[in-house]
Order: sequence, then C-alpha cells, then structure tokens
Amino acid sequence: MEKKLTLSFIPYSEIAKLASVNRVKKILDIVLKNRIVILQGRLDATEEGSLIQSTMALAGKIKNFKGVELAVIQPNGNKEGVFTQFKLGIARALVGSRDALTIIGPAAIVKEIKRNPEKIDLMLKG
Amino acid sequence: MVIKIITNFFKRIFGSLFKGKEELSIGFYGPPNAGKTSLANRLCKDWTGEEIGSVSKIPHETRSVQFKEKVEIEFKGKKLTFKLIDTPGIATKIDYEDFLKFGIKKKQAQQRAKEATQGVIEAIKWLDDMDVVVVVLDALENPYSQVNITIIGNLVARKIPVLVVANKIDLGKADVKKVESAFPEYEVVGISAKYGKNMEEFYESLFKISKKV
Repeated sequence: MEKKLTLSFIPYSEIAKLASVNRVKKILDIVLKNRIVILQGRLDATEEGSLIQSTMALAGKIKNFKGVELAVIQPNGNKEGVFTQFKLGIARALVGSRDALTIIGPAAIVKEIKRNPEKIDLMLKG
Repeated sequence: MVIKIITNFFKRIFGSLFKGKEELSIGFYGPPNAGKTSLANRLCKDWTGEEIGSVSKIPHETRSVQFKEKVEIEFKGKKLTFKLIDTPGIATKIDYEDFLKFGIKKKQAQQRAKEATQGVIEAIKWLDDMDVVVVVLDALENPYSQVNITIIGNLVARKIPVLVVANKIDLGKADVKKVESAFPEYEVVGISAKYGKNMEEFYESLFKISKKV
C-alpha cells in the first residue's frame, strides 16, 4: 500500500513579520494536518519553548496527536560540521537565525530525528 | 569586639552571594528519565533527611513541579540556602503507548500521558522563577537533542546560570566526554545521583555557579 508523505516548506519571509505566537500557530496548524514542516530559519529559544508548550497543550486535547519531533540544522555544514553547529546552536537559538533549517514533524509520522556529530537521520514510522 | 568584626565580615561576604536573597531557587531541568528527581532526592536526603519525590524506571514519573524550601547546604565552610525545585521532564512528544511496555494498564497510561503533557507546560512556565538551573542529562543518551538546546537556550535568554550534570556514571556506557563536547561553554559534572558518586565535584560547581546570581 502506498503511503503519502507531505512536506510543507515555509520560507523565512512568511514568518519574518509575524508575532511569536502567530509563528508557533502557523507551524502547528500545518503539523496538525499531518505534514512535515521544513522552515527556512529557526525560531528563537523562547519561541521554541512556546512551541513545546503549545504542542503539549494540543497533545492533551486532540485525540491521536502525540506531539512533534523537532530538529534545527545549520546548512553551512561543510565548513563547520554538525558538531560545531551544535555548539553554535545555543547562541543562534537566542536570536533565531535565517540561515538554518528547522524540521518539525508530527510524532505520528516522524518516529525520531537523530542528531549526531556526523549526521542527522529522519526516521519515519512504518 | 574582634569576634563581632569577624562575624560581620563573613556576613558581608556570604550575604553578597545572595544579593539580598535569603534562599536561591534552584531548578532541576532536563529530558524525562535523566535523574532529576534522583539528584533532588540526593540533596534533600543529605541535608534534610527527607526526599522530594518518587522515582521510577517509567518515564514521566514526575508530572508536576515539586519543591523543598529552606534546604541549607554546607560545603567547605560555606553555607547556602536553597529552594530545590524538581520539574517534570521536558519532551516534545508523549505517547501513552510507550507506558504500556512497562505493564501499565491502558487507562492509567492515558492518564499518565495527559498529566505529563501538563507537567511539561508547567516546567517551562517555572523557568522565570529560577535563580540557578541544573540541567540533568542521562550520560548514556545522545546529548545532541533539540530539547537540550531549547532548554539551555531558554536559560541563557533569561540570564540564568547553568550547571550541566551528566548523570548515571555508575553505568558502563556512560559518556561524560560526549556531554562535555556537546556543551563546551558550560560547566559539566559527571555524577551518579543514585549512588552519590562524585557529589563533591557537584557541590563545588553548584557553589561556583551560585555566585553568578
């Protein structure tokens, strides 16, 4: 049986002028449609915290929604490597960053996003 | 007279550590099952004789914030009074089916999951009330997770001093070096909260970061 997987790309320009609460809402609206969000850029640390809080609030209310898998990738990996990117990740998390990619998928579809110094694996549910 | 001068001198020195605060709020944060409650219990038992909460192999045993006030800790002649705040594990997903593997019945597992989601929300809300935070990580797990970055990012944004603990060093596969590599800008201490291993170094670091408040 064929399984459909939908990725939704959000360019940074679409969230740049939104208030924090609306950025989180926009992402979760897509995730709740069982789509994986690829966001150009990243949320700042407090927005990521709000995303987790909102996710948990929804998981407690919406049947079959168990949360999300989340990872941020800095794309200039050739120069720095994922290991160095992780070190820089916290600093960048403070202000948000346009040159990153954020992957957010519903836990019902994305089993796990594994981050290691060498690679990032997106594991889907069978 | 001399005694009074000396007493006042020490009061000034240690008083400045608190900047007028009688006790420092210290939060234990981290992903589920890293050993936050085990560490909080270790401190509570050592200094008050009582525990703060129950521990379990089943994730999300702590589902609401629990605290112990006026915990006076003495280390190398210095004394600090803490309010210990043990928080629920922070996660981005909670699936009741994960609890079924531990033999919990479906209804209880669903209730546990519901309470755990509320616990995560509550834990993040409490961040604003912390003076110092100990981020407790399982030294057997991969430290490169987004939840860890998000927790530390939020603490840095709030200018809260952070101490990273790599717990469970009593287990063979524990990798403290990996945690240190993941957080090179932070003080990392490898401990076993369960067996009280390396607590001297933990207290040393705790007193050190408490000075930053």
